[in-house]
Amino acid sequence: MLKLFLTLEWKSFFRSASFKANLAIKIFMVFGALYFMAVFLGLGIGAFYIIERQGWGDPLLVVNRFMIYYLVGDLYIRYMLQKMPITNIKPLLYLPIKKSRVVAYSLGKTVFSFFNWSHAFFFIPFSVVLLVEGYSPLGTMGWHLGIMALFFCNNFINVLVNNKDNVFYMLLGLFSVLGICQYYEMFNITVYTAPFFNALYQLPWMALLAWGLLIALVSNAFLYFKKHMYLDAGLAGKKSLAKTEDYVWLNRFGNLGTFLKNDIKLIKRNKRSKTAVIMSFFFIFYGLFFFTGAVEAYDGPIWKIFAGIFISGGFLFSFGQFVPSWDSSYYPLMMSQNIRYREYLTSKWYLIIIATLVSTILASFYIYFGWDAYLAVIVGAVYNIGVNSYLVLWGGAYIKTPIDLTSNKKAFGDKQAFNAKTLLLTLPKLLLPLGIYALGHYLISPTVGYIFVGMAGIIGFGFRNRVFALIEGIYKKEKYKTIAAYKQKT
Amino acid sequence: MITVQNLTKKYGESIVLNIENLEIPKGQSFGLVGNNGAGKTTFFSLMLDLIQPTTGHIINNGVQIDASEAWKPFTSAFIDETFLIGYLTPEEYFYFIGELRGRNKADVDIHLEGFKDFFHDEILGQKKYLRDLSKGNQKKVGIVASFIGDPEVIILDEPFANLDPTTQIKLKGIIKDLAASKEVTVLVSSHDLIHVTEVCERIVVLNKGEVVRDIQTSMETLNELEVFFGG
Repeated sequence: MLKLFLTLEWKSFFRSASFKANLAIKIFMVFGALYFMAVFLGLGIGAFYIIERQGWGDPLLVVNRFMIYYLVGDLYIRYMLQKMPITNIKPLLYLPIKKSRVVAYSLGKTVFSFFNWSHAFFFIPFSVVLLVEGYSPLGTMGWHLGIMALFFCNNFINVLVNNKDNVFYMLLGLFSVLGICQYYEMFNITVYTAPFFNALYQLPWMALLAWGLLIALVSNAFLYFKKHMYLDAGLAGKKSLAKTEDYVWLNRFGNLGTFLKNDIKLIKRNKRSKTAVIMSFFFIFYGLFFFTGAVEAYDGPIWKIFAGIFISGGFLFSFGQFVPSWDSSYYPLMMSQNIRYREYLTSKWYLIIIATLVSTILASFYIYFGWDAYLAVIVGAVYNIGVNSYLVLWGGAYIKTPIDLTSNKKAFGDKQAFNAKTLLLTLPKLLLPLGIYALGHYLISPTVGYIFVGMAGIIGFGFRNRVFALIEGIYKKEKYKTIAAYKQKT
Repeated sequence: MITVQNLTKKYGESIVLNIENLEIPKGQSFGLVGNNGAGKTTFFSLMLDLIQPTTGHIINNGVQIDASEAWKPFTSAFIDETFLIGYLTPEEYFYFIGELRGRNKADVDIHLEGFKDFFHDEILGQKKYLRDLSKGNQKKVGIVASFIGDPEVIILDEPFANLDPTTQIKLKGIIKDLAASKEVTVLVSSHDLIHVTEVCERIVVLNKGEVVRDIQTSMETLNELEVFFGG
């Protein structure tokens, strides 16, 4: 029976549409994966010595102190990205297989998920270093196994709380507040949680507690799914209560308003697009790396422009990048309805512009780091509006990956989204403004650098109609290919 | 109204559609029948410029479909669920289509009033998004939306499939009324021979991409079709 399940799994993996990407991308992905493994391995080995050299104290204690945030962060990432095991159960329901076996199999499958074993790349080398450095073998063993159990606990907690958004966001909010409190030294939760992690080392038998918790969670999840394995219970998709909304205030924009209304609903009511917007919000804080001097490599003057582009362009990159794929599930409708491409594109363009302006205003706290910093943001915004907004729409014509709006699975890094054309188009988006700035900065003065980048944006803005006509032509040319590609659902 | 000339569609070596000549006059209710893979949906997709013809073209009301977009204002269709926007409520979807076709909210409301019976209280005011409706109810929404804005050509692919018997009968009534007005050209495809013979004045049978029968519907039509498909 298990063999049958495994062949199913094998086929579903190798026959998935995303696997059929071309060879270059596969090689690229393998290198990417190797790179990250190397980074984690390096971190696992290096963490101990880095902490020691920085004089932060006993490395194990330091790691234990932040363990609670690591665990919560892990849970958060799982909640957003980890696929639920129940999705493929339906076809198995009526077959002559015992229910408990189906449940055991689907839960067991989650154990082998990337989200579990990826942590091993940090913890195994770290534990080995602990042993090498003369920590007690028994203690290290207890600590390692205990932590491991906790990560598996996360796995099953995630399975159990999946789709309980309000619980999840409350916890997330709570821990964000705790994190801020800790930063400002008002209240330190790690004082209360670290002793537990330390105890895993000092009293290795404590690891049994963690394993006990894991066993409790596993049996709980098992019983829960076994009991709820019906189409209208555990396997039912979440249905939200719908409310008809008018947005009458958008009517004054005519046809453009019609599309904007739709786009607002698109963002509001779908998991995937919501994630994109939340991500774009975090982009605003990306500049902190640059302006606080936290990362030495970013101290060069031209990096300010880089930061400015990202701070104001979060939405542009996370949402704009995937126009028109957001509409992939009903693209044939859009193509046969009484719609002009120009209006369709213009509405997306406005959305990007509005979001860029909002980000720029929200980013005004950078004034704290001096007007120079905020000026970089404003200049970045002008460039985003005048040049990058077209480039993302243009690049979108070549990204023919359908988006499943209701799932977050591929929110980060869609493999097929990387093709030669879109990669080429990122160059002018990011590197060109740096070059333009460098030209002004080094030849004349920093101010002229800003003026140059700003001018590029304004000139681009002036050519709006010409550029739109061009992009429209490309979309029309790609139309049939796009429709065909969107038909191939993953 | 609609003229098809030397239309072929090939995928690689296989010809999936090959229609030398076909004329559909204005106001006709036109039925397309054929087995799976006969080319019905291919033909409708070509009518909507969703795929490109290999050779030939279709002219809809004087507009060559693959060359101009001017056919869009007077043509509407419901082919499958890719014509629905899942995250909208039925009302929002109707208003959206209405706005695209130059009808305001009040116009659409009046339009929907006429389909109250057809909806059978399962569509409007349900607090559900389209993606959460059943297949049959989704189909009802798509079909009614295709009537918004007084289109002159309406294309419906398999409109009877997935509908409950009551709704099927009501839909037949609606299509007959449209046909009777002689203003609207309705193109319907179906696997159900009884339904098409009932609502269509003319039935074309496709087989492996070619027109093999072109019949003006009469009392004998159903028999003729059953013999064709049975034999």
